[in-house]
Amino acid sequence: MPTTKLSRRAATAAALSLAALIAAPAHAQETFKIGLILPMTGGQASTGKQIDNAVKLYMQQKGDTVAGKKIEIILKDDGAVPDNTKRIAQELIVNDKVNVIAGFGVTPAALAAAPLATQGKVPEIVMAAGTSIITERSPYIVRTSFTLAQSSTIIADWAAKNGIKKVATLTSDFAPGNDALNFFKQNFTAGGGEVVEEVKVPLQNPDFAPFLQRMKDSKPDAMFVFVPAGQGGTFMKQFAERGLDKTGIKVIGPGDVMDDDLLNGMGDAALGAVTAHMYSAAHPSAMNKEFVAAYKKAFGSRPGFMAVGGYDGIHLIYEALKKTGGKTDGDALVEAMKGMKWESPRGPISIDPETRDIVQNIYIRKVEKVDGELYNVEFATFEAVKDSGKTKK
Amino acid sequence: MTTVFTILFDGVAYGMLLFVLACGLAVTLGLMNFVNLAHGAFAMTGGYICAVLVNNQGWPFFAALPLAFVTSAAIGAALERTLYQHLYARSHLDQVLFTIGLTFMSVAAVDYIMGSSRIFIKLPSALEGQFDLFGVGIGRYRLMIVVICGLLTLALQLILSRTRFGSRLRAAVDDPRAAIGLGINVPQVFAFTFAFGCGLAGLGGALSAEILGLDPYFPLKFMIYFLIVVTVGGSSSITGPFLASLLLGIGDVAAKYYVPKMGPFVIYTIMIVILIWRPNGLFGRTAAR
Amino acid sequence: MSAANDVSTSAKASSRWRVSEVLFWIVVLACPFLFPSRYLIMTDILRLALFTLSLDLILGYAGIVSLGHAAFFGVGAYSAGLLALHGIINEPVLALIVAGLAAMVLGFFTSFLVIRGVDLTRLMVTLGIALLMEALGERFSNITGGTDGLQGIEMQPILGMFAFDMFGKTGFWYCLIVLFLLFLLARRIVHSPFGLSLRAIRNNPLRASAIGIPVNRRLIAIYTLAAFYAGIAGALFTQTTQLASLDVFSFERSADLMLVLVIGGTGYLYGGLIGAVVFKMLQELFQAITPQYWLFWIGLVLVIMVMVGRARIHRWVLWLPNLVIRQIAGRKATVVVPEADAS
Repeated sequence: MPTTKLSRRAATAAALSLAALIAAPAHAQETFKIGLILPMTGGQASTGKQIDNAVKLYMQQKGDTVAGKKIEIILKDDGAVPDNTKRIAQELIVNDKVNVIAGFGVTPAALAAAPLATQGKVPEIVMAAGTSIITERSPYIVRTSFTLAQSSTIIADWAAKNGIKKVATLTSDFAPGNDALNFFKQNFTAGGGEVVEEVKVPLQNPDFAPFLQRMKDSKPDAMFVFVPAGQGGTFMKQFAERGLDKTGIKVIGPGDVMDDDLLNGMGDAALGAVTAHMYSAAHPSAMNKEFVAAYKKAFGSRPGFMAVGGYDGIHLIYEALKKTGGKTDGDALVEAMKGMKWESPRGPISIDPETRDIVQNIYIRKVEKVDGELYNVEFATFEAVKDSGKTKK
Repeated sequence: MTTVFTILFDGVAYGMLLFVLACGLAVTLGLMNFVNLAHGAFAMTGGYICAVLVNNQGWPFFAALPLAFVTSAAIGAALERTLYQHLYARSHLDQVLFTIGLTFMSVAAVDYIMGSSRIFIKLPSALEGQFDLFGVGIGRYRLMIVVICGLLTLALQLILSRTRFGSRLRAAVDDPRAAIGLGINVPQVFAFTFAFGCGLAGLGGALSAEILGLDPYFPLKFMIYFLIVVTVGGSSSITGPFLASLLLGIGDVAAKYYVPKMGPFVIYTIMIVILIWRPNGLFGRTAAR
Repeated sequence: MSAANDVSTSAKASSRWRVSEVLFWIVVLACPFLFPSRYLIMTDILRLALFTLSLDLILGYAGIVSLGHAAFFGVGAYSAGLLALHGIINEPVLALIVAGLAAMVLGFFTSFLVIRGVDLTRLMVTLGIALLMEALGERFSNITGGTDGLQGIEMQPILGMFAFDMFGKTGFWYCLIVLFLLFLLARRIVHSPFGLSLRAIRNNPLRASAIGIPVNRRLIAIYTLAAFYAGIAGALFTQTTQLASLDVFSFERSADLMLVLVIGGTGYLYGGLIGAVVFKMLQELFQAITPQYWLFWIGLVLVIMVMVGRARIHRWVLWLPNLVIRQIAGRKATVVVPEADAS
């Protein structure tokens, strides 16, 4: 019957098109897409640029093919506004079908994307934001930057042991600042120190002068400072202007305030500031020297800790993909990332298999002049520090 | 007790700085009735020019300051001749749209050319630190700001009230048609005034890098402060904006010192109360339109 | 007596639905089917459209300029967020209305400050109120979550039936329905004698009061209503994104709003809707081309727009639709024209 003939032909056609349909996604999977969501405009833009630069540098060095897949970066600007982040992340996952979302300049942005990572089973690589709770919000979040608990507890212990008794604190009033303050206070008072003055400054802050005057009047041995990357310069300038450097008050804190890419602009006022952090451009390893030289050559400025977070973040994605042998589903990738260890420009680091947070050395550094430029010179190392914000629980 | 004076001094310095930054806007908005939200962009230009000259070309700071003024004024004059002058007669909404557009462009352009990090101007060491005067801590840099801005204010007041140009400007503002009839070249007067205001903003920008921080988002971040100065001060003279700047500066610094948690709160409350009390500003004319 | 009749007949005549308006909404309805993968950005546009509609009510119809409309948006957003977060009102539609009312209360009390003074004073007072709200939010960060915002909001299904999904489909239809209903209400209001009296006030407050319009009371009423609209827009924002952070109060939000409305044209209700589409699409386009420097191109578009003249651009844009509509509905029909251009 003609109808059977026709239906047979239709069946063949259907089978063919079905094959084509199956083949099509297989073809599409040749590329591995990473949605990079960063603040490229607004007050946090310098964070975004450093990470973007570092990712570009890494891909230049290591090529853009891993385990047979071509890596494609889709860069999006969220201006550090969480609702933008959320929408962009959602569109990247739903429309662009990205395999990984990465970046996240500020904590609220990272948190906004967390439920999407869980729902979409897409790994979320946090390359900058530093509040402890972030990785607890989704089993798909892995962090390659640092947490403020890591550096704040270490500097607190160091200060308590090194003859600093009275400390005044100045922190920015948002989640990372509060984390830094609380962890510092907890360890510092446990070590026998006393916090004599506590000031929280608004995040958008034009003039530090009045706050600094308050600090000066409370006559502490040292000042514990946390301001987000980028504001450190203004702070140090005004610190010197107020003559606080002459009064013998030391500056201590997590390393954000002495960000490498601004350090030189701060002038000699910054000399002698002691901070605890995971990266210094002066880190004396061969790998770091090479990294700094390559970064300077490509972008004409010194890499800061944000750049390293981005560099390691993309490295982690590359390595995870290698380990899964090109398998791109989120669970396999996150599984591969857990417990991964490698040598980064900042030193040896690993991903804690339980918390998916970073485990790294924290260095105590002092600002010194090396070859006419200011650097954070490391002089003590605390090895393999976990995020104490979580190990407590 | 001495702390009070230090706070007062810091507040005065901050206020003076705001005045130099904003008084150009007071002139364009108050006298020429033009809403120039791009005013901060001229300030930023001056700041960046000063930074490039001092940091990269090795100019001394005090030589770079006048150039910051001149360049910003020149850019202001060029823009006034080519673009702004066509918009004097347009509605305020058009002016807002246009000048916000200009601001956006300047922000992105500076970001592209200079990078998005905050930059600093290398200061001569004579300006660094603080000295004690009868136990009151006086910042050297802030003292310089007070001196420069104080002199400028005096000069401005004299120019406006005593010189021929000042009277021409006042005539042009009060009644442009009658002024033209009297043979005053009104567009020229406006152009010159506009350029001068931009120059002052540029100078203010160069001076403020040390205290407020200079980055590409400067024009957007401080737009609100400029507007507050102008509206609170009123627009009939430059005394109003001057006093408003001082009030804002001292209020801001004192509030941050004594009630750090309520800092911004105090400023905005003062502003609203003043505007409710005197809708045309402290020294406004009743029919400021 | 007959004057009142005249007013209501003329109001009725101008409130008749035009072909172009029907077409507009048909196009809107077609969008989700044309772009099924872009629900999120479309939801974003709808929220912005509603927010702009609110500004149009006071700026376009009553001549009140505002740089602080985000205050009401923020109050709506936080109300909706807090209601959901603490499980006070779980049903989204009910929470939406409550959030709108909260903003309305703020609108009512601040309206007394706003109706005084000239344009510039109004701009700064409204801006000051929004900044004050932001400072308050920062001060009471234990309630608002400060800069980090409210975290962990989970929305219940709408009316207990339609759950919010990851693709934003439910959120889109939800926003569209709310926008349409509120648009109908706004349309009804501006074509009522009340709306006409507002326009009289905008054109000349002195004359309006001379013919017996209670100027201040009318202004307070429309300002309060606009606050309600903005609050609803804010609540929709929180409900569809499950976020609320301090930037809901930000100056940028109010300033962008002003740009959107001016781009779209004031005083014919569609300005906000069209402006929202144009602004978001431009932003999306430039961000895709250059994530770092898109601000420059947006700025350039604004500058060119002013230099060429908004009225002229509106005419160019409407030329083709007008042509089509004349073919369909006869010579006299035209697309709605912004009030400012019509004269």
